[in-house]
Amino acid sequence: MNFQDFIFYFFSGVLVLSALGVITLRNPVYAALLLVLAFFTSAGIWLLLEAEFLAITLVLVYVGAVMVLFLFVVMMLDINLERLREGFWKWFPFGALLALVLAIEIGMVLMGRQFNLDNMPIPQPHEAGYSNTKELGRLIYTEYVYAFELAAVILLVAMVAAIALTLRYRTDKKSPNPSKQIAVKRDDRIRMISMSSENEE
Amino acid sequence: MDHTQQLFEQMFGAEWGTTVYIVAKNLFYIFAIVVPLLLAVAYLTFAERKIIAYMQIRVGPNRVTFFGIPWLRGWGQPIADAVKAIMKEIIIPTGANKFLFLLAPILTIAPALAAWAVVPFSPELVLADINAGLLYILAMTSLGVYGVIIAGWASNSKYAFLGSMRSAAQVVSYELAMGFALVCVLMMSESLNLGDIVKGQQGDSLLNWYLIPLFPMFLVYFISGVAETNRAPFDVAEGESEIVAGFHVDYSGMAFTVFFLAEYANMILVATLTSIMFLGGWLPPVNIAPFTLIPGVVWLLLKIAFMLFFFLWFRATFPRYRYDQIMRLGWKIFIPITLVWIVLLGALMQLPESIKALFPLNLWFN
Repeated sequence: MNFQDFIFYFFSGVLVLSALGVITLRNPVYAALLLVLAFFTSAGIWLLLEAEFLAITLVLVYVGAVMVLFLFVVMMLDINLERLREGFWKWFPFGALLALVLAIEIGMVLMGRQFNLDNMPIPQPHEAGYSNTKELGRLIYTEYVYAFELAAVILLVAMVAAIALTLRYRTDKKSPNPSKQIAVKRDDRIRMISMSSENEE
Repeated sequence: MDHTQQLFEQMFGAEWGTTVYIVAKNLFYIFAIVVPLLLAVAYLTFAERKIIAYMQIRVGPNRVTFFGIPWLRGWGQPIADAVKAIMKEIIIPTGANKFLFLLAPILTIAPALAAWAVVPFSPELVLADINAGLLYILAMTSLGVYGVIIAGWASNSKYAFLGSMRSAAQVVSYELAMGFALVCVLMMSESLNLGDIVKGQQGDSLLNWYLIPLFPMFLVYFISGVAETNRAPFDVAEGESEIVAGFHVDYSGMAFTVFFLAEYANMILVATLTSIMFLGGWLPPVNIAPFTLIPGVVWLLLKIAFMLFFFLWFRATFPRYRYDQIMRLGWKIFIPITLVWIVLLGALMQLPESIKALFPLNLWFN
């Protein structure tokens, strides 16, 4: 076993344990934090596969942004475990079916010889100057540009829809309007009056 | 293969010798970066107190000295503060989650130190010369917010939790503007490697630095950096007048000090990254004899000190932003500016070669 194997088994061990923790722990905050750990360790495994762009993006997007907001919600909500468990047996067959499909897929990969996966060449390690980010960028913006643009538009529509659903103008609440505040001129606020003194002195 | 490596191979065998050698070498380099960094953090707190004091026509710390030397008065203050913090008891509140309560300060300082791995101090002086350096920096700085969130939740206090939620929303918002500003930098340099970004700014003088073509991005990046580090005027996470001290209200002793250290380490990191990406890193301002003789590390340190001064100056000058104003600045001003600049920069880069060869453009787009 060389050093790289050691790192791989260490990361895999942490990943499996933390993923188990995510689904077994009762405290939702712990579960969310372990999910963060799982993302982080899988990023480490991707780094071993020389997929540095994907690995760092996983940390940047999922750990740095998505899970922060997730934790935010989990910490603020008062989660009732009894209510969460209510539909367990009702949804059990569906979950079991999903698990079965997953197990079959994993089996197909592990028993690749029977399915002629040998035809797939083993990826060769790249030389030192190879930039995976550049290659990925080139592919996304040339060969897969339509798929990429489509995904971007779908995300944009989702974003606009989410904002449209939550946007309401309340009239019962006073809130400052910064552009109005900035646009205020001296003449809007004060009125100069010239008048003679009222005191008889 | 040098002497030390051979020595390690004799000690640990041929197979493990190289591995142990690499690990030991990197550990040595890490110490060589982190120890001066922590010293710099200690003296940054001193500099902050002194500079703000002079701005407010006070004297600042002027008592603690070394061995009674009169002209060193005040210079012992950071050491005295550190000794005091180590001696103090760490009080863990009754309702707190002990494990997460103690984990939070570590999670705050670890990314602040880890990001230094890819920072180039001179063309040769860099611990990890990786291709995706800029992405790595973004990923590491985005992790710092966990310490704040976990601290707020684990303290089991409403003030701490409010502070941590303010901070989380603020950091996530400003990360977007920061990321887009960095996209402009990588468009200019066509590389994610921090060393290559500095090399892309090489030229006759400081006119070649990205500061000039990317000036709005420089402002956006630096101000977002101030917001990311929760410094004044964006320090609503602390907001003493409303929520006592924010997320670290229940921390004491060394646990509090670690948060404090992380804030200053992050300030130095933002100042360093600004100097590397916009102020030409280790490059001298003018490529003429007296300037080129000074080693690159000195230029980088001078630029970092210059940027750090702004952090302290801001704190002494500006009143704290209101929370909705912070959000407005991030989402409605910075993000549109960065988006416009990305498009503009793309258009400039696609200009025909004959136009790009004209005077100001040939400095940056060749």
